[in-house]
Amino acid sequence: MSGGRGRLALFGVGGAAMAVLFALAVFALPDPGGDQHPYRDRAVPAAVSHATANVVSSVNFDLRAMDTLGEEAILFASVLGVAALARPAAGEGGRRRVPREQVLDAVRATALVFFPVTLVVGLDVVLHGALTPGGGFQGGVILGTGIHLIYMAGGYRALLRVRPLELFEQGEALGMGAFAAAGVAALLVGGSFLGNVVPTGRLGTLTSSGTVELLSIAVGIEVASAVVVLLAAFLTQLLELGGVPEADQ
Amino acid sequence: MTPVEVLIPATLTLLMVGALAVALTDDPARQAVTLSAYGLLLTVLFVLVQAPDVALSQVAVGMAVVPLLILLTIRKIRSRR
Repeated sequence: MSGGRGRLALFGVGGAAMAVLFALAVFALPDPGGDQHPYRDRAVPAAVSHATANVVSSVNFDLRAMDTLGEEAILFASVLGVAALARPAAGEGGRRRVPREQVLDAVRATALVFFPVTLVVGLDVVLHGALTPGGGFQGGVILGTGIHLIYMAGGYRALLRVRPLELFEQGEALGMGAFAAAGVAALLVGGSFLGNVVPTGRLGTLTSSGTVELLSIAVGIEVASAVVVLLAAFLTQLLELGGVPEADQ
Repeated sequence: MTPVEVLIPATLTLLMVGALAVALTDDPARQAVTLSAYGLLLTVLFVLVQAPDVALSQVAVGMAVVPLLILLTIRKIRSRR
């Protein structure tokens, strides 16, 4: 291949420059474990003043809620893109079929035991985002993947019954819309977009932290729905359209 | 030395070995599994450096969602051949 040597040389130049810049950046970093933390000195009092015990959640949903709105929009747009790309092509829809699978009893029992446990853990992580590690994103991913334990327990037909896809498509839009609407509402009430305008309550209780808790729930709905819609796009492509996978033949 | 001061360099070393293992795995289906194991090592590191929020994200996305999407894609591609 004639272009191979040229490409390798180009990579060599780019890679060497990257390595030099990376090394310079790393050696200019403050040492780990030091006691100089200008961001902490500002973020922790700000979080406590809004009665938010988990400072990370305060940064995500209050102090820098604007960034989280952007991240949510990125996830929303990505999942929308995947769903659009993976939708059945013309002529593909006619071959739709729903496979029947054999499920091992041990797998079925394990999945059925862990299904309620996973849902409770997911809800717990979403609802306690303002108090303990986690929040809408982490809990949402747990909920969105946890639903698929039903696929392991009862096969694809069981999953289709407990996962009305349209509901989750609406849930994704609802979560995204609620976050943006909360921002506009705060602008109208308090004069700043996504400001913490709800009474913040007493530090350490479930009803503390004002909008942090509410935005965390909105993100939880959006992320859980997004994971379900994303996995549904892949599962539909694999199981309902096209040829039979090798392992099932 | 505190236990964390020993565990962080140990985990970083394991991460280098793990990253190499992921890069050197030829078959993408096997790579999904080594990537998942690498994700667990990253989770341990995040817990050690006191970033439990990031650790939770990593364990859910890096160990479950990403390998699952890779495996589903590979099976779809192979079923077409």
